Amino acid sequence: MINLRDAGATWWDNASKLKRRSLVVSLILFVYALPFLNNPIINTPGSMFESVLFYPIGMFVLLSIGLNIVVGKSGLLDLGFVAFFAIGAYTMGVLGTRTNLNFWEILPIAMGLAMLSGVLLGAPALRLRGDYLAIVTLGFGEIVRIVAVNEEFIGGARGIAGIPTPPDMFGMKFEILNPKPYYWLLVSMILLTYWAVRRMSVRRPGRAWDAIRQDDDVAQLMGVPTFKYKVWAFVLGAAVGGAGGCLYATQILSIVPDQFSLNVSILVLACVVFGGIGNPFGVMVGAIILAYLPERIRFLTQPRQLVFGVVLVLIMNLRPDGLLPRKKREKFESETV
Amino acid sequence: MRLEIKNLSVYYGKIEALKGISLVVNQGEIVTLIGANGAGKTTTLKTISGLRPVTSGEIVFDGVNINQIPAYERADLGISQAPEGRGIFPGMTVLENLEMGKYNRKTRKAEMSEDLARVYELFPRLKERATQAGGTLSGGEQQMLAIGRALMARPKVLLLDEPSMGLAPMMIQNIFNIITEINNQGVTILLVEQNAQQALSRAHRAYVLEIGKITKEAKAKDLLNDPHVKSAYLGTGAHEIF
Ligand SMILES: Nc1ncnc2c1ncn2[C@@H]1O[C@H](COP(=O)(O)OP(=O)(O)O)[C@@H](O)[C@H]1O
Ligand SMILES: [Mg+2]
Repeated sequence: MINLRDAGATWWDNASKLKRRSLVVSLILFVYALPFLNNPIINTPGSMFESVLFYPIGMFVLLSIGLNIVVGKSGLLDLGFVAFFAIGAYTMGVLGTRTNLNFWEILPIAMGLAMLSGVLLGAPALRLRGDYLAIVTLGFGEIVRIVAVNEEFIGGARGIAGIPTPPDMFGMKFEILNPKPYYWLLVSMILLTYWAVRRMSVRRPGRAWDAIRQDDDVAQLMGVPTFKYKVWAFVLGAAVGGAGGCLYATQILSIVPDQFSLNVSILVLACVVFGGIGNPFGVMVGAIILAYLPERIRFLTQPRQLVFGVVLVLIMNLRPDGLLPRKKREKFESETV
Repeated sequence: MRLEIKNLSVYYGKIEALKGISLVVNQGEIVTLIGANGAGKTTTLKTISGLRPVTSGEIVFDGVNINQIPAYERADLGISQAPEGRGIFPGMTVLENLEMGKYNRKTRKAEMSEDLARVYELFPRLKERATQAGGTLSGGEQQMLAIGRALMARPKVLLLDEPSMGLAPMMIQNIFNIITEINNQGVTILLVEQNAQQALSRAHRAYVLEIGKITKEAKAKDLLNDPHVKSAYLGTGAHEIF
């Protein structure tokens, strides 16, 4: 199989600035125009395409970029990412229904609370390594959901209904039956996050995360405050998860704890691994495919999950490092003495 | 520069790996710590660089007790280590590995090109391979990279953990020549080795470590002729390890 990543990377490295710019700009315009695309091959029979674009596709892209900071960049296995998504959604739910704050005012609070819980979980948990961290984060994801089920103040098992929509923007109305503005807002959030993560990756934090992932002890010998950077990775991932949850809640307008089950964590992790752990662009592509495919084959009804599973297993067999893995040289990681 | 270890004890859980060892490294010296597999050599270096916590005793660097200083700040104090097994970042290029060597230095930008030139002069091979991934280097090249990377931090004392491990005889000779050269340039070195022959013929002073205890301290040249050291570390016994 040809190496898509290397072929793409070579083209990119050799392309002129103008070529790169025009490719990026046309790609972005295409993505913004997607809701207008009425193509029977691409559209999702059985569900509204515009709405599928927002959730699950766009939302999983955003969450995957967030989780990739934790799992892909710094090499920490987090199986409870849904917790931050839930905290963001519940912040929007509670503050949206009980105060006069609007979406834009709640968004930073949601992100802040997700980051705070990221610190509270991360500070003790990140002293653990490997499997232990995975188990603790898995537990955290479940605890958040169970607390939501049992806490009447935030609606218990019935959840929260009547969450307000964001105020109008540029003359567009945010309505449940018109997902376009939500989708455009989400795409903008994705672009912003992607840009921020990229900037960080090529600078000192990115180097520190690379070093930590490859050898934590040696990173410390080089002067990298590894614990601090791990907590930061966790907290930044949490902020993205919280932002996603907040936007999700203001679109779907009512939330129940069941929407924040372990499945979400696992699926987001699958997107990261499937797309190419550590490479944000690959992760985006992975999330698009994994979120889109089940919707595209919804007409299959019963065998849908089975087909999805078979496709997943097949592709992971063909490309064990994911669709678009990170730079090839890192594959030597496990082979050194 | 003066590194002094006083009565140092270090545990792994209930196992006492270091049982109250004391040693001194003075400015300009090569001091070697020799001992068999499992004696506690790596534990000693890891504790000096802060990767293992001290159970009791003191690590004093330039007159200051550094027991509580985290590992990532010790590099900036002037303690640099080329760890056991070399610890190359396999996914980073040679150049990126070298740049990591001064990650935490505030003056890193100003010093970078000068220090790179210095390392490349010591190890011309690294310059040729600057853009190659660390993981693809041979064992000897990785050891050069590990030492070069440690030098990037402008150490006052350089800790070397078995630099000869797993290398061909020619390469071992080469590495030890460079170690002597680095010392001649003014860098103090604490060298941990199982290859006692080489270590003792290069070092000024030596300590013998046996199951967590220092059993001998002497001029390195004298230990080369010490009957106990000869039978335990120099004769046939030393070669069985390989
Ligand atoms: N991570 C660890 N956990 C438990 N025991 C360890 C660990 N590392 C080393 N030890 C033990 O500590 C002792 C000293 O080990 P080490 O310092 O690696 O010796 P050396 O470097 O001289 O071969 C050995 O008995 C070893 O089994
Ligand atoms: Mg050792």
